[in-house]
Amino acid sequence: MPQWNMVQAINDALRVAMQRDDDVIVLGEDVGKVGGVFRVTAGLMDEFGDGRVIDTPLNEGGIVGTAIGMALYGMRPVAEIQFGDFIWPAYDQIVNELAKYRYRSGGEYSASMVIRAPVGGGIRGGHYHSQHPEAPFIHVAGLKVICPSTPYDAKGLLLNAVRDPDPVIFFEPKRVYRAAKGDVPEGYYTVPLELAKVAREGDDVTVLVYGAMLYEALDAAEKAAEHGVECEVVDLRTLWPVDIETILESVQKTGRLVVVHEAPRTCGFGAELISLVVERAFFHLEAPPVRVTGFDTPFPYSLEMEYLPLSHRILPAVMAAAEA
Amino acid sequence: MATSDGAGRDGVICALNEDGSLVPEYDPRLSEQQVVELYRHLSRTRILDERLLTLQRQGRIGFHVGSLGEEATIIGAAFALRPQDWIFPCYREVGAALMRGLSFQRFVDNVFGNANDVVKGRQMPDHYTGRSVRYASTSSPVGTQIPHAVGVGWAAKLRGDDVVALAFFGDGATSTNDFHASMNIAGVFKIPVVLLCRNNGWAISTPLEKQTRTETFAEKGIAYGVPGMRVDGNDAFAVIWAVQHAVRRATAGEGATLIEALTYRMGAHTSSDDPNRYRTDDEVRPWAQRDPIERVRRYLVDRELWDDSREAEHRTQVERLFKEAVDAAERSPAPGLDTLLDDVYERPTWVLLEQRAELLSGPRAPGHG
Repeated sequence: MPQWNMVQAINDALRVAMQRDDDVIVLGEDVGKVGGVFRVTAGLMDEFGDGRVIDTPLNEGGIVGTAIGMALYGMRPVAEIQFGDFIWPAYDQIVNELAKYRYRSGGEYSASMVIRAPVGGGIRGGHYHSQHPEAPFIHVAGLKVICPSTPYDAKGLLLNAVRDPDPVIFFEPKRVYRAAKGDVPEGYYTVPLELAKVAREGDDVTVLVYGAMLYEALDAAEKAAEHGVECEVVDLRTLWPVDIETILESVQKTGRLVVVHEAPRTCGFGAELISLVVERAFFHLEAPPVRVTGFDTPFPYSLEMEYLPLSHRILPAVMAAAEA
Repeated sequence: MATSDGAGRDGVICALNEDGSLVPEYDPRLSEQQVVELYRHLSRTRILDERLLTLQRQGRIGFHVGSLGEEATIIGAAFALRPQDWIFPCYREVGAALMRGLSFQRFVDNVFGNANDVVKGRQMPDHYTGRSVRYASTSSPVGTQIPHAVGVGWAAKLRGDDVVALAFFGDGATSTNDFHASMNIAGVFKIPVVLLCRNNGWAISTPLEKQTRTETFAEKGIAYGVPGMRVDGNDAFAVIWAVQHAVRRATAGEGATLIEALTYRMGAHTSSDDPNRYRTDDEVRPWAQRDPIERVRRYLVDRELWDDSREAEHRTQVERLFKEAVDAAERSPAPGLDTLLDDVYERPTWVLLEQRAELLSGPRAPGHG
């Protein structure tokens, strides 16, 4: 079985999806000839031609808006936004049109499509190449939001997303585009949406995490184990709809909760996760839930390693939760 | 001002002049039967508008977006399309949907937002959907439909289908980001799309001179490599010709056309607007002399294809059908509570199932049985 990194896995997912279904097309800035600024779409234009791999002008709203039209017509566009930081010009089309199209047409229409974007920091990207923008999308009814952490999940989830009847926002943690490596089956397979994965079992503290920070959480868990604290690290994979059952099962076991995300703390996804847990497992909690997150600032350049919720910040949070 | 075909007064394409003379070059050469049918649709649109506005003033419906004065632009454009072509409305083009064959009762149900409304009472009146007649779902944000139309044309082109998309939008929409994005993409990829700007003079209270520095909207096409043309929007024949011309261009692989239809918003922006706050009757009155429906009626009368008794019969029929539809709509109940949480996704998520149970088992709003 091939050992692939996340770029290779996503590249293969797109290839397999396009081979299986002529209606799947890829569009975005620099995706065709150059194969994407991260090479995620490399080779696709050679294989499928410029009728299915389209280099668009520089306009995210136009990329998403026209992709919506294509989806209404019955195609399955996979639109790339070059960096998650640049998704905002498309936010009106995503929120007011894409997310609402089914509901507002009484179910007559649906716009089934995927929007992919690299997200996250730790690559010296500063304010505008490091954002993790999931919260404002999770908040919008009608969207599904995914963020894989491993190459295996990335390919399987993307293949699933492409055929999902609902619009999917697919965020890819760029910090681990090449660093994350693992077994990735060739050919077609899917990973279920709405299903979290217990990446590490443990009885003492539940750590909810997604994206590149999975690896930081696992590192912190290893160090915590040296002090006798066993973390259960839950990789959410699908952010929305989130796998509440796996989360609650874990918290019921451990009674202690730490949530990790790169995005700024206030009104980040951690706020929703903790609300859900407190609402449903309050009497199982032995300690207040803790969020280890980016700070409420734009993403810094020189000090990014102080900003990110890395292992050295997760560990004390886990230990404090365990000892409370 | 330069236009792709430039003709008529100031480069504005006319086919049926106000004095009844025809311009052979732009005459769509409709059969007598077609013109009668065209007139019926034009006239019905206006009768409905008047009735709906009355219903709104009576408090029986909450809201209405009229198209008074713009019927030729809207009906003419829809008339010119083929059945397989798609229409992307802004929210003022009810006549086009009905002309295409959208069920009249369904339209009235939508205005009342009742249990029979296909939209299930989820949106304000006039935000309808008509998939069976290739009429896209309507939203309120301005200009958002334009890239969708471009996307449909693009998809059709990629698949090799003989389908053209048409987007309606107003003069205000040409200031939006979505207009720019759409025109640019349509130009770059030579997309088979008709971009029809209803230049009706106003974006709520914003007059043209506050909307753009250019003399025309058609010339904006130059910046995108998309030919533009100006047409007398109150001349249904010219609108039909222009849209047919644009469809011919599109199907011949020549890409997009920007059509600026010069017309006038005779009524308010919507039932919530009072135009007296920003314009005077002096400005509106001259346009009454250029009524688009009257122009076609005179054409028919001159050729003895229409007369007062047919007019009365037609009007009576429309009003009767409308009354029946309204009676039925008003008798229908409000949408079921459980529909509130459907169609957010194809299947409800666990969160929505919980919220549905919460809503259904919880207390009802006062005044709602």
